Amino acid sequence: MAHCTNRNRDRNRLRFGPKGLVIAGLLGLFSSIASAAWEISLQNPVTATARHVYELHSLLLWVIVVIFIGVFAVVTWSIIFHRKSRGHEAADFHDNTTVEIVWTIVPTLILIAIAFPATSTLVQMRDTSQPELTIKATGYQWKWGYEYVTGDAAGVKYMSVLSTPREQIENKSPKGENYLLEVDHPLVVPVGKKVRMLLTASDVIHTWSVPAFAVKADAVPGFLRDTWFRAEKEGTYRGQCSELCGKDHGFMPVVVEVVSAEKYADWVADRKKEMAAAAEDPAKVWKLDEQVARGEKVYAATCAACHQPSGKGLPPVFPALDGSKIVKGPKAAHLDIVLKGKPGTAMAAFGAQLSDTDIAAVVAYERNAWTNKLGEVIQPAEVKALRGK
Amino acid sequence: MQATQAAGHAGHHDDASHGHGPTGLMRWVTTTNHKDIGTMYLWFSFVMFLVGGAMSLIIRAELLSPGLQYVSPEFYNQMLTLHALIMVFGAIMPAFVGFANWMIPLMIGAPDMAFARMNNWSFWLLPPAAILLTASLFVPGGAAGTGWTLYPPLSVQMGMGMDMAIFAVHILGMSSIMGSINIVTTILNMRAPGMSLMKMPMFCWTWLVTAFLLIASMPILAGAVTMLLTDRHFGTSFFNAAGGGDPVLFQHIFWFFGHPEVYIIALPAFGVVSHVIPAFSRKHLFGYTSMVYAIAAIGLISFFVWAHHMYVTGIPLTGQLYFMYATMLIAIPTGVKVFNWVTTMWRGSLSFETPMLFALGFLVLFTIGGLTGLVLAMTAVDIQLQDTYYVVAHFHYVMVAGALFSAYAGLYFWLPKWTGHMYNEGLGKLHFWLSMIFFNIAFFPQHFLGLAGMPRRIPDYAQQFADFNLMSSIGSFGFGFSQLLVLVVVFQAIRGGARAEARPWDGARGLEWTVPSPAPHHTFEDPPVFDPAEAHA
Repeated sequence: MAHCTNRNRDRNRLRFGPKGLVIAGLLGLFSSIASAAWEISLQNPVTATARHVYELHSLLLWVIVVIFIGVFAVVTWSIIFHRKSRGHEAADFHDNTTVEIVWTIVPTLILIAIAFPATSTLVQMRDTSQPELTIKATGYQWKWGYEYVTGDAAGVKYMSVLSTPREQIENKSPKGENYLLEVDHPLVVPVGKKVRMLLTASDVIHTWSVPAFAVKADAVPGFLRDTWFRAEKEGTYRGQCSELCGKDHGFMPVVVEVVSAEKYADWVADRKKEMAAAAEDPAKVWKLDEQVARGEKVYAATCAACHQPSGKGLPPVFPALDGSKIVKGPKAAHLDIVLKGKPGTAMAAFGAQLSDTDIAAVVAYERNAWTNKLGEVIQPAEVKALRGK
Repeated sequence: MQATQAAGHAGHHDDASHGHGPTGLMRWVTTTNHKDIGTMYLWFSFVMFLVGGAMSLIIRAELLSPGLQYVSPEFYNQMLTLHALIMVFGAIMPAFVGFANWMIPLMIGAPDMAFARMNNWSFWLLPPAAILLTASLFVPGGAAGTGWTLYPPLSVQMGMGMDMAIFAVHILGMSSIMGSINIVTTILNMRAPGMSLMKMPMFCWTWLVTAFLLIASMPILAGAVTMLLTDRHFGTSFFNAAGGGDPVLFQHIFWFFGHPEVYIIALPAFGVVSHVIPAFSRKHLFGYTSMVYAIAAIGLISFFVWAHHMYVTGIPLTGQLYFMYATMLIAIPTGVKVFNWVTTMWRGSLSFETPMLFALGFLVLFTIGGLTGLVLAMTAVDIQLQDTYYVVAHFHYVMVAGALFSAYAGLYFWLPKWTGHMYNEGLGKLHFWLSMIFFNIAFFPQHFLGLAGMPRRIPDYAQQFADFNLMSSIGSFGFGFSQLLVLVVVFQAIRGGARAEARPWDGARGLEWTVPSPAPHHTFEDPPVFDPAEAHA
């Protein structure tokens, strides 16, 4: 609220005259007391769009506060002076065409006046043309996948998952500073560059949102949407999924790290090296122990949210894997459901998310964990053979 | 609240009509009397209000502090879904249908509703729907955890609780449509001689428009949930991109129903307030004609603004601009109504009994909700605030403070007519002040939470949101438990208390005040002569 007297809005402020200034003083006093411990307005804007939204909101706040005070000053006057207990006699009037025309036209004019900044802000917000960097974000239940589409980092892709430990959520250990707003791998973008985000989802609708950028857009499965931002200041900015997407909707934050051009170049180089190192020999022949150990990690990161670490699931929406017919049945059918998902249920297709090696490992883990002691090893080549079938 | 009480005081007035028909439980099952049915609607809605309220307290208990304490995230989602469905379809809508049943025939001088037996049927559809909704908590997988908006594909993932919710919505829709046809027919055909449409009480006008909105919008909701049902079970792909459908299509259909629904709830509330404020200002309602036009305009425009609930779904810029301008347009007739109420009070002779207090509470809080609605109408600001607690605060100011406060104003206003006794004024005022204070403690801080970026429908939150959430939870517990006072007040008034005169409020006008209190079981068997002095304007 302290930021609301902005250069662009001076003409609007002038309209309120001395009364407005008194209110400004009172509100300023209130906000300085209040902001000591309590955040009461929009987050500090870091993009031009967010700044315009902030100003538009401040302008509207003024308009509605003035209207509210105006209307209820009249009501208060009536309540104090036109009471029956003071012996006030009721006047007898019930129509006045002039008054009614005035209070239809004046609000119309106010609305037209605020429609101008509202329109220009929106037009600017939707202009995704000429981006300097394009990144695709995919919403999964319950994490974000990022893929750099253009620029030096083209081809870099990774998952971004909540990194707050389970013990903090369950109140077994003290909560960290960025409780629920921290991820293992944030999105990294260079400062001052126009970044276009392409959004989609693999299962249900998610919403990618960063309040400091005034960016919020739905990720709709089967469709591509876009939005953009140009961050003006280096730093880490945090948001959350903003469309109810199932049980862990509250646990899939968005974290964006805005860095200098040099740091960004370093990050891209590191990331590419890491990806090269992580690329495994798809022809490697796995043994049971090492495969199950790897599969357990994949399971914990990808499957446990629904099917639970115990393999008992949360039936009937998330069925148990322990003793499941599919898990204990033929290998090919089991691999197939992991690769392609099961339409009409919460089971997503993991073919695009996980490598052949990971899918082989996690399926092998499921077939050997809990009471499913099948003793089978699955080679990545078997997964590869099933893809595209 | 109970017309049966009339029998207990039969000595005081002529009440010859109780001797026939079934008694005991069967009387209520088979009744076609508009007063009995109105009473049942009101009790039903109060029971559902307590059930939905209990669910909101589970939600607020979980949100008392960061971390997961009492419920699992999936159960939390089920609570927020059922809380909304029960409050909207089980509590608020039936409450105003109850008012309509009791008061419309009395206000227009009709002996009963036009289709008395259909009236019985439209009430008795409600309990099965309520049972389907609440019982869905106990089936495998629990109730729908999608939010009341039931967006696919999430709603396609749900268990059979979702199907139960779909059938409940179907049944509730049938009930609403039948009730609406009844109200339209009654108002258009059964007014006392001399009562032209433009002399009709404002409550009847608001319900006439509301009934048309219901008839137009409920089939659309029924269509949307039926498509959901066939997507879930019969292999259709209305909302599945893989099959050529579009998840966003559901949102368009849902909100084409959903936005008029907001006014279906708000308009009868406007009607009640338009009776209470003039009565306690001892003046005529200011600007009756402009009020009628404003109601009709709001009803009409409500069908053309649905996508303002969908600004972040990726609708094109031109669409966003159109919906922004159309939404801003609604502020004009709404403003006219507020100005009319304010001017009605101006230079009146005001007194502040409980109904007036609730009407004033309505006026203040509904205006706040309307003004934050203006903020949200700006697409760019809405994108920043969509699905945050700012929206939660906004619609609770409109729904709770708008509809519930107005329903209380109506309850206290007409309770003497229903029971034949004056209620306990002290307790009524206490109920008002507790509600007013705790409501604001519960919901005002949510504006700040939303501005700071806290998303709605999350069971756990980051630490910077902790203080306001604690405040909000304390407020909601206070608000919730204050509502039990109503039960005390109503039971006291049913059992006894000062006898109410036919016209217990000296400023009240209308035919309903020309019959004795409590209103006899049958009224206006012969059409009354409409005295223009009783007209609203």
